[in-house]
Amino acid sequence: MSVLSVSGLKTHFFTRDGVVRAVDGVDFELDRGEVLGLVGESGSGKSVTGFSLLGLVDPPGKVVEGNILFCGQDLTTASQQHMQELRGSRIAMIFQDPMMTLNPVLRIDTQMIEAILAHEKLPRKVAWTRARDGLAQVGIPSPEQRLRAYPHQLSGGMRQRVAIAIAFLNNPDLLIADEPTTALDVTIQAQIVHVAQTLCRERGTALIWITHDLAVVAGLADRIAVMYAGRIVEAGATDQIIDHPRHPYTVGLLGSVPSANRRGQRLAQIPGMTPNMLSLPNGCAFQERCTRGDELCRGDVDATFDEAGGYVRCFHPHGSEAGA
Amino acid sequence: MTALMEVQGLSKRFVKRLDLAAKIASKLGADVQEEVVHAVDDVSLVIQPGEVVGLVGESGCGKSTLGRMVAGILTPTEGTVLLDGIDTAGLSSSDQSAAALAVQMIFQDPFASLNPRMRVEQIVGEAPLVHGLVDRAGLPSYVDDILLKVGLDPSMKRRYPHQFSGGQRQRIGIARALAVRPRFLVCDEAIAALDVSIQAQVLNLFMDLREELDLTYLFISHDLGVVEHIADRIVIMYLGRVVEAAPTEALFADPKHPYTQALLAEVPRLDQRKRDFTPIAGEIPSPLAPPSGCHFHPRCPHASDICKTTVPSLSRLQKSWDVRCHLHTAD
Repeated sequence: MSVLSVSGLKTHFFTRDGVVRAVDGVDFELDRGEVLGLVGESGSGKSVTGFSLLGLVDPPGKVVEGNILFCGQDLTTASQQHMQELRGSRIAMIFQDPMMTLNPVLRIDTQMIEAILAHEKLPRKVAWTRARDGLAQVGIPSPEQRLRAYPHQLSGGMRQRVAIAIAFLNNPDLLIADEPTTALDVTIQAQIVHVAQTLCRERGTALIWITHDLAVVAGLADRIAVMYAGRIVEAGATDQIIDHPRHPYTVGLLGSVPSANRRGQRLAQIPGMTPNMLSLPNGCAFQERCTRGDELCRGDVDATFDEAGGYVRCFHPHGSEAGA
Repeated sequence: MTALMEVQGLSKRFVKRLDLAAKIASKLGADVQEEVVHAVDDVSLVIQPGEVVGLVGESGCGKSTLGRMVAGILTPTEGTVLLDGIDTAGLSSSDQSAAALAVQMIFQDPFASLNPRMRVEQIVGEAPLVHGLVDRAGLPSYVDDILLKVGLDPSMKRRYPHQFSGGQRQRIGIARALAVRPRFLVCDEAIAALDVSIQAQVLNLFMDLREELDLTYLFISHDLGVVEHIADRIVIMYLGRVVEAAPTEALFADPKHPYTQALLAEVPRLDQRKRDFTPIAGEIPSPLAPPSGCHFHPRCPHASDICKTTVPSLSRLQKSWDVRCHLHTAD
């Protein structure tokens, strides 16, 4: 059975200027131990999707439609108390900026022990030992000393390690990582990806890696879902998406990534700007920036599935022409 | 050929002066000392006309400080900056301002580097007017020209910066730099804050402008993929020192310095699938207390005793290939 099955998820924000459909019909499934890369640019709704899964969307935002089945239970109808039990124990999340998620006035040990005792009745000493082992597992040297430190005494990479250690304290079934390496340097990014990857493999934790960086998920994810303006425009196995992208937006994104074999040449840029979420056109949101857009694109577009379970939401996908 | 830009033995030290309490404490015999950061430590660099040099390093390595000294925004603690072979510090004040115009800078954050209370036409038009590059009558058409060059619609020039998207603002920043007809642009993480699809647009713009206006760039970035794409030559910095400098293709084919090797191995690439991330150990040391000898030795897999005590010198392996490592010394 899949760990997570999301269908028709819609999260809208009811602002004074109008309704922002930040997430507008998102479907995906995730098996045990699977890594899903959720890729999109700023404002595409990828982070709101993550928050919706945890029931952390604040007003004026609201999950208005759809189901989130986590191990068979629907989270959209779950009680606040039940969600609280799940958060931090069976579903965990790490964020872009660990300084925002760690409490600056509490020592690391206080925060870690709190996370354990919130979900389990244990002697404090046992919880402390587990916290220390947790830190050691994410590769923090001399964990006993680090437990006594405050967040500001640690570097950015260290803080993100602590955040990961806290996320794994209660052996979650699902980890949602929201741009966890964006603020970090390349060598530190590789360390963080390595830690998350190893821990997920060891424990069979399903991982949703939310990012704007296609190159990172290419090396990490089993499957990739590409979001644009609140919808998944294309999803499929990593090789499929990177080597044979079908949606013009995915093609454009991949063309925008500088790579060794195109050195010095012009990049295949996507014209225009990321869309204003308040005034999206009817039908496909990408039509105005798309080279293939025409009359047809103003109608509602359904997902076309392929044999491998991937899908694309486009009237004129690449690879469908004769001979291609 | 005279180099367009040459820096020799450039250093920048930031000193945190003692405050009153610390001064009194040190008078009373406490062991309090001024904290000194060697942000840039004896860097020499030659940039030929028309060249694009990529300056790569992780945060805190001094690449932005070096860029600012090259652009003349910061004064170096030691060393000289030569423009067309002439030391800019020794020029008369009028020549100095002419030299300053020739080198312009583009900043990372397009939200912080534009004055929010000025219209685009003022932002772009102010400097050329002040420096007499254009008279008041010719200013509107001059500004229109420059906006067109960077791909902005001149009809939007009466707007304020907040009415533009991130990519457009970065174009305004580029237009502002181009307005004084520079020959040399220092781009400090100029595309790091932009979305991927917008990054590609701005990178393309940089390459178009280079051809059109015969520009020379110092392109500062932490993103090796971007630098690999645009630069002819790459300079790698680690904690204030240049550790390797080589032509782009050669550097990517056969990096010599262990730090460069690690950096290249860890750049995520589209063609690597389901890889096992095997990171280099350790973190970037604090520039307040850099390791002795070679700064990289605590993280280096090849470190030996000499690395802990002696600073390796930058030695020339081949034509235009410099490495600062005890493993690679030119005999």
